[in-house]
Amino acid sequence: MNIPSNILTLIAGIILTLVSLWYGQNHGLLPIAASKDATQVDELFNFMMTIATGLFLLVEGVLVYSVIKFRRRKGDTTDGPPIEGNVPLEIFWTAIPTVIVFILAIYSFEVYNTMGGLDPMASHDMGPKQQIAMNSEGQEVALGLGVSPESEQGNNPLIVNVNGIQYAWIFTYPDTGVVSGELHVPVDRPVQLNISAGDVLHAFWLPEFRIKQDAIPGRDAQLTFTPNKIGQYPVICAELCGAYHGGMKTSLTVHTAEDYEQWVQDNTFAQADAPSESVALNTTKSSDEEFLAPYAEDLDIEAEAIAQLNHAHHH
Amino acid sequence: MQSSTLDESKVALNYHQAIETAHHGHPDHRMFGVFLFLISDSMTFLGFFAAFLIYRSIMPAWPPEGTPELELLVPIINTAILVSSSFVMHKGQAALKKDDVSGLQFWFGLTALMGIAFLLGQGYEYFHAEFGLTTNLFTSCFFAVTGFHGLHVTVGVLLILSVLWRSRQEGKYSSTSHFGVEAAEIYWHFVDVIWLVLFVLVYLIN
Amino acid sequence: MTTSTEPKTNPIQDGHSSEHRERKWQDYFTFSTDHKVIGIQYLVTAFFFYFVGGALAEVMRTELATPDPDFVQPEFYNQLMTMHGTIMLFLWIIPAGAAFANYLIPLMIGAEDMAFPRLNAVAFWMIPPGGILLLSSFFNGAPQAGWTSYPPLSIVSGKSGEEIWILSILLLGTSSILGAMNFVTTIFKMRIPDMDIHSMPLFCWSMLATSALILLGTPVLAAALILLSFDLIAGTSFFNPAGGGDPIVYQHMFWFYSHPAVYIMILPFFGVISEVLPVHARKPIFGYRAIAYSSLAISFLGLIVWAHHMFTSGTPGWLRMFFMATTMIIAVPTGIKVFSWCATLWGGKLNLNSALLFGIGFLSSFLIGGLSGVMLAAVPFDIHVHDTYFIVGHFHYVLFGGSVFGLFAGVYHWFPKMSGKMVNETLGRLHFILTFIGFNLTFLPMHQLGLQGMNRRIALYDPQFQTINMICTIGSYILAVSTFPFIINIVWSVFKGKKAPRNPWSALTLEWQTASPPIIENFEEEPVLWAGPYEYGIDTESIDGNESVEEMLAEVGAES
Repeated sequence: MNIPSNILTLIAGIILTLVSLWYGQNHGLLPIAASKDATQVDELFNFMMTIATGLFLLVEGVLVYSVIKFRRRKGDTTDGPPIEGNVPLEIFWTAIPTVIVFILAIYSFEVYNTMGGLDPMASHDMGPKQQIAMNSEGQEVALGLGVSPESEQGNNPLIVNVNGIQYAWIFTYPDTGVVSGELHVPVDRPVQLNISAGDVLHAFWLPEFRIKQDAIPGRDAQLTFTPNKIGQYPVICAELCGAYHGGMKTSLTVHTAEDYEQWVQDNTFAQADAPSESVALNTTKSSDEEFLAPYAEDLDIEAEAIAQLNHAHHH
Repeated sequence: MQSSTLDESKVALNYHQAIETAHHGHPDHRMFGVFLFLISDSMTFLGFFAAFLIYRSIMPAWPPEGTPELELLVPIINTAILVSSSFVMHKGQAALKKDDVSGLQFWFGLTALMGIAFLLGQGYEYFHAEFGLTTNLFTSCFFAVTGFHGLHVTVGVLLILSVLWRSRQEGKYSSTSHFGVEAAEIYWHFVDVIWLVLFVLVYLIN
Repeated sequence: MTTSTEPKTNPIQDGHSSEHRERKWQDYFTFSTDHKVIGIQYLVTAFFFYFVGGALAEVMRTELATPDPDFVQPEFYNQLMTMHGTIMLFLWIIPAGAAFANYLIPLMIGAEDMAFPRLNAVAFWMIPPGGILLLSSFFNGAPQAGWTSYPPLSIVSGKSGEEIWILSILLLGTSSILGAMNFVTTIFKMRIPDMDIHSMPLFCWSMLATSALILLGTPVLAAALILLSFDLIAGTSFFNPAGGGDPIVYQHMFWFYSHPAVYIMILPFFGVISEVLPVHARKPIFGYRAIAYSSLAISFLGLIVWAHHMFTSGTPGWLRMFFMATTMIIAVPTGIKVFSWCATLWGGKLNLNSALLFGIGFLSSFLIGGLSGVMLAAVPFDIHVHDTYFIVGHFHYVLFGGSVFGLFAGVYHWFPKMSGKMVNETLGRLHFILTFIGFNLTFLPMHQLGLQGMNRRIALYDPQFQTINMICTIGSYILAVSTFPFIINIVWSVFKGKKAPRNPWSALTLEWQTASPPIIENFEEEPVLWAGPYEYGIDTESIDGNESVEEMLAEVGAES
């Protein structure tokens, strides 16, 4: 059987394309996406994964083929052909990555814009200005993700102030006065997080929402997102903040609207009854020990003890 | 990077020991090295200046409220001294081009004195400042930037003095053998230019 | 401390390399000004710190085998992590790149030594004190704010360790600057007259690009560290928001150096690969100028992409878009290189020895690092995976899969030249196979960890990630084991290896035209440039043996 080599190349090309397209959609590497924006990021990733798989197979294929086909046979002491270059081919493979990154850049720009990254926002009152304004006119430039253009996100968002301290997140709901160590939000309502840090750098990360923003002491930052799946998701600190950085975790619970109201009520009552804030925190339903940590100084508990408590809890 | 400054200056100082041997038909690459070093060193200052400019642009008030006014008289005199010293120094090099070693010594000696005067002026300014290193961000920047520059001036003065010391030796420097002289001079001009940028940034555009 | 440009004309002043001296083993432990001695000093020192940094990594991986911080305390874990990063970058990869540059540049361009031999020795002798200083911090509370040392954490977590870290980096940075001055001057000024800039080996091009980055980037890091030092000791608040400063300024200054530093670490090995592949594939390098200029392009672009490390930090949206664009453009020159290397292999006569195996290993692993790098440039995706294990996987694919594989390729390729002995190929191939398997097993799964939600720099993690972490840990043990055949091979070969001929690979670059190891001032007489660096296959003569090369040399000599 003698198949012409250009047909073999064509078949290899088709297989490579099909495998890339399939793998780009079925890599199964990402956790569930709990918002529309997250789905968009996933599509971007799938697109990049498709291209990357194609290039990976192409280059590795060339390498494996070369190692098998072009290895030196015993007794062969001649040199290879003196090919020093091929200008059209070089232009071709300069153009390919150029086109790819051009498309990628535009696509990423679109996704980022949709996520609200270019929203010059902060027209909302973000509370008392801290020491640093973003520029001298006092006009704030967006840090983090704002309102998605052409969306309803700007309307009636749930505002939550997030404060990162070693080693916990404190969530304050200005509307209801609830203070909590866990984030609770209703489904399908935009949430605007105003993020700040009390001591060192932290980073607020919601893996299932594909969003992250550093909490920077002295600066305000913001994340806006609209959850569309009910469930409980991790909230992770992603910027090294000290020894127990790994333990700085809590959870985000996305409720139905009714359940959320219930949660707010429970916690408002608990707060009203409580004589002091720290006790109020303890009466919330949180089972996480981490958020005790900030009060460790008050309660005179070693951070280490809290961490150990945490491990004991996991077993 | 202070340590690199010092090392390079030492190397530069000692280069001319080998200068005679370097003339046996072999090209002398040391000036090229000095240029590379100065490019690198200027990046250190660029780092400081960039930080200064970023602070200036992001802070609501710059200098922060309550910063005492900078006294301008001494720095202006200092600027005049430093800028004119560059010309004085160049006359020294011009004298050497005519194999006039005593001219070199005179003009370089004068340059060294002017450099020392500059340092004394800066010392006076530090001593009489109404603020300290940690008063606020601006004053910290002020001391860091001027201090780092002052360190460079000190190194420059030491370079000039060592050229003077070596020039006592007969035939050490001549119109054909003058690497040490040139290196010291180019370094001094560099320090001078940095000062002008610094003066505008720190003193003028508040 | 006299720097003589021409040691040959100046035998008395130059204590260690006068013309007819034989090399003594003691030279390697002294302030020698011979670039070959310095090169080997760099290499051996770098390998020492590689093993130290590797040991730290094994402790970390052992800790991470289980979700709980049961093997080491979290605080100690952070110290290990900081030291591992710092050692591997500043005491392993950067000095190893300088090792090859020192050893090879003068030989490749036909010079007797570097432009400033004494400065060169000074640059090397800053490394051991810098390294020992850094290691000494373990006795006094090592730094624990990561190799990035972001304030405010670095200001509040252990003063002495942090200050030692700063001083040590300043020392190592100075060494790196002095080295770079030497490389640039040597390459520009000391080539033999016949060698124009387009007929010098590509390694020299890549070192030009590297040195430019060192000269322009390192001083800015120094400035940042000096200010950080003020904050730490003198109580200023440049980067401390509590006193009115701004931590983001530090990040900008830090990454202005530290992103180019990534290229400082990879470019020399791009050069090494460009040397190794043509020789063992017996084919000219494909697209000499494309590879040469793409190094310069990478170097230039490398200076304007730093804020892509700060996409989730204090970088406003429009700036994120700018840095996304510049970062993505780097894929173009990098792609040109990878494709050109593949085309160099294509159709050649691959001699699959240890050097070429590592070269191909470099291509296949660096490819993954490059592809994930382009993904990371996309801001929306980077926001998700920034500061996760995806990043850890990515940069190990670039730095281990890229730099370290390239480094080993270089070691196997030039070992006969450096030592005058051949290596054992069987052990070399075993080393390659173990390294390749261990490396991929350790770092490939990390991508998934990061995507799934595991953040980096943590001693304790969510139990759901345990299985994958266990795989990584097993991979890292295989990596540890892989160094044994290497060490045995090198030590055995140095003492008992087969004697290497002048040009065991029949290579065309000038370093192969002198004895193995080269004589003290490199060449008996000025070498003759009788072929371009990669003109393989142009003469149809047999590559077997050295006769042809010497005959050709004689012919050229007769003609001229």
